[in-house]
Amino acid sequence: MGRFRGGHMLAKRIIPCLDVKDGQTVKGTNFLQLRQAGDPVELGKIYSQQGADELVFLDITASHEGRKTFTDMVQKVAAEIDIPFTVGGGISELRDVERMLSAGADKISINSAALRRPELIDEIVSHFGSQVCVVAIDAHQDEQGWTCYLNGGRIPTDRNLFEWAREVNDKGAGEILFTSMNHDGVKQGFACEALARLASELTIPVIASGGAGKMEDFRDVFAEGKADAALAASVFHFGQICIPELKEYLKKENINVRI
Amino acid sequence: MKVAVVKYNAGNIFSVIHALKRMGVEPLLTDLEEELRRADKVIFPGQGEASNAMGYLREKGLDKVIPSLTQPVLGICIGQQLMCRHSEEGDVDCLGIFDAEVKRFVPLKHEDKIPHMGWNSIQPRQVPGSETSLFEGLDGEFVYFVHSFYVPVCEHTAAITEYIHPFSSAMQKDNFFATQFHPEKSGEVGQRILRNFLEL
Repeated sequence: MGRFRGGHMLAKRIIPCLDVKDGQTVKGTNFLQLRQAGDPVELGKIYSQQGADELVFLDITASHEGRKTFTDMVQKVAAEIDIPFTVGGGISELRDVERMLSAGADKISINSAALRRPELIDEIVSHFGSQVCVVAIDAHQDEQGWTCYLNGGRIPTDRNLFEWAREVNDKGAGEILFTSMNHDGVKQGFACEALARLASELTIPVIASGGAGKMEDFRDVFAEGKADAALAASVFHFGQICIPELKEYLKKENINVRI
Repeated sequence: MKVAVVKYNAGNIFSVIHALKRMGVEPLLTDLEEELRRADKVIFPGQGEASNAMGYLREKGLDKVIPSLTQPVLGICIGQQLMCRHSEEGDVDCLGIFDAEVKRFVPLKHEDKIPHMGWNSIQPRQVPGSETSLFEGLDGEFVYFVHSFYVPVCEHTAAITEYIHPFSSAMQKDNFFATQFHPEKSGEVGQRILRNFLEL
């Protein structure tokens, strides 16, 4: 009967994230320091062959020329890679969304622009459908709770993570990509407690980001954090974890993954 | 081989074109009846809203052309839905190739998220009275889905996937084939399914 077992079979997704600056991938540790890690199209292709379920490309240039380079890269990715991919960074209006989708992106991710002007979510959803709209949320936990941040984690807002996530959900966004700033770059595991709460309060899928260090962290983010997908960057880029091995491990741990 | 891709107001048509090019096929994107009839294979892809898409197809006369095509035709995603009799999305009459009704997913529990988005497995089955299949050698493989409406299991079902309940992840009738998932976004498995179609 093959691998079909009936029931709810949607696989948990493993998503490498590629930060792109001037056509090259870079990865920040705690968002601020950057290190080089290669050509995004080639890297994306390798991940796809290794069994990545989706890819995320984040444009961290944000300059005018940089955006043009990024759009060219999106076109190349669409032509060469046969798994879905999301692009984000510098998307602040409907025109940017349209440019990315017509370059061939499957989904776009918005972050600060949505916090500044939440109606952007409604606009994207009504023009292009829920499925293209990923809302990324960077949040930091302190004694007051979880606070959302703007501009790649540089500017705090007065929004609470769970309230904002609920609003994003109710506006019809397709997915939430939640990055815990406390966990990002530390490699000690994902923010499973906050993730599990998001999963129980929301009706849309949650992609967990920030904190991947070892394979067990991925098991925990699915089993305890109830995440639908897990995103990571440097552990993949620097070969600390390789995707085929990770998926075999997760399968053994009874996590439903695509192999 | 001449492969035509139906041009209409649906999104995501270019991902199919890219996939064909990766397989060495240079497809023709067209909404002209003559060009569609001349092609060896026709692909009817897309992502979008059913009543808008049907409006466009009617305007171009394609609502009459597509059901009367005689070469192998492959509908993808909204393409499969539009090949059915009627869709709940926008309460619209569709092309009527498959005698089936397109329904909206209704969640039964909290974990049932709509749209059904991501990688899910397919269980192919032989369609009664048909000898060909797009799924030769495949069973239980994962393919990529993005959709909020589905076709229930019926006599034309060529593969079953389970999400909330079993539904038609692929359909087949005479020269008409269709997948609810996106073979062009489904990695190697998707490429194999597209190749099986091109080799029919």
